[in-house]
Amino acid sequence: MSKDIKRERIARRIASELQDGMVVNLGIGLPTQVANFLPRGNDVLFQSENGFVGLGPAPLLGHEDPNVTNAGSQPVTILPGGACFDSAMSFVIIRGGHVDVTVLGALEVDEAGNLANWMVPGKIVPGMGGAMDLTVGARRVIVAMEHTAKGNAKILKKCTLPLTAIQQVDMIVTEMAVIEVTRQGLVLKEIAPDTTVMEVVAQTEATLIINDVKVMEV
Amino acid sequence: MSKKLRTPEEALREMQNGATVMIGGFLVVGTPETLIEEILKKGVTDLTVIGNDTGFPERGIGKLIVAKRAKKVLASHVGTNPETGRQMHAGETEVVLIPQGTLAEQVRAGGAGLGGILTPTGVGTIVEEGKQKIEINGKEFLLELALQADYALIKAHKADEKGNLVYRRAARNFNPLMATAAKIVVAEVDEIVPIGKLDPDEIVTPGLFVTYLVKREAPCDE
Repeated sequence: MSKDIKRERIARRIASELQDGMVVNLGIGLPTQVANFLPRGNDVLFQSENGFVGLGPAPLLGHEDPNVTNAGSQPVTILPGGACFDSAMSFVIIRGGHVDVTVLGALEVDEAGNLANWMVPGKIVPGMGGAMDLTVGARRVIVAMEHTAKGNAKILKKCTLPLTAIQQVDMIVTEMAVIEVTRQGLVLKEIAPDTTVMEVVAQTEATLIINDVKVMEV
Repeated sequence: MSKKLRTPEEALREMQNGATVMIGGFLVVGTPETLIEEILKKGVTDLTVIGNDTGFPERGIGKLIVAKRAKKVLASHVGTNPETGRQMHAGETEVVLIPQGTLAEQVRAGGAGLGGILTPTGVGTIVEEGKQKIEINGKEFLLELALQADYALIKAHKADEKGNLVYRRAARNFNPLMATAAKIVVAEVDEIVPIGKLDPDEIVTPGLFVTYLVKREAPCDE
């Protein structure tokens, strides 16, 4: 499966979690694609941590406003009804529990719902930006990522990289599976139609609780 | 004519080597490029720079990093400027990475006369190292200290002659917070309008915070 198809599948599945009226913050990269798969008429309010709500699609070529970008510096639009604010207010919204769902990428996730997504010591140290606040503050944290990286498991018993936050992840969506984080551990809820429970278990280092596994809609 | 209006050179005349400088902007949106150019021209060095990020190598705070004017940087993200990462790993520049929401509140606290803030962000991560943890109602918080600076260099869209400021769209970000937290606040603006032309309700930063106004020389944002 190509990377693009995997990512589209993940984004499409997560879009079905977003309901009318929710305040949602999408991380950079794969999470941003979730907005492309919202059902028509679904009125989700997207928050952009650089300082506004009402984040809309990219503008037409030649209509970019240099003061209207997303948190990844790409030109976007602010929809009618949007609102601008400073960084303190932005994180009042984020940290204060006023974001219903955040969707974030991950390097590693573990059985306790710990997330590592901001640095690889000695290699990539870009900084955490708003990720630590989002993970701690959003009411629901959904991780969007490919199931493995170069054949290595990313869903681990215990994260090895520096953490972004402890025990905050609620759900993990990959091209192979949908996994819910519970107090008992990771529950395998859905698998993709082109894989098996055995295969998912083989690609996952963490222990999966397997009871009633549904087929993921792709 | 505003009494606060200065040339970039006049506005930064007193800036010394080793100064602590807050610089507004988020990935160069709302960054005072004219004032950054003036720092480069003036030649001050060993600065401690506080900003959301370090921009790009050719834009924003990134230009100061490339020219090695900062001995220390406090930022939430440096990934868009590989030179910051290089200097950090080579031990040439001290880089302190701070969660963005924490940085915003540290600056706000600095301007609000608070000693610091308590945040759950960073608990259980390397961000908590060396910091005091305080438990409130069974939940752990980190004590993060307030930040203040010698200079805040900010970017606003419009000022009136009193120095009252309004911002545009996402260019607001850290600017109004930094305007409260430094001894000398220099606001780079696209336009200065006569007193009375801004409605008191639309003003985001009251002019009392602004020491000097400087007209933006780089191309306007509109």
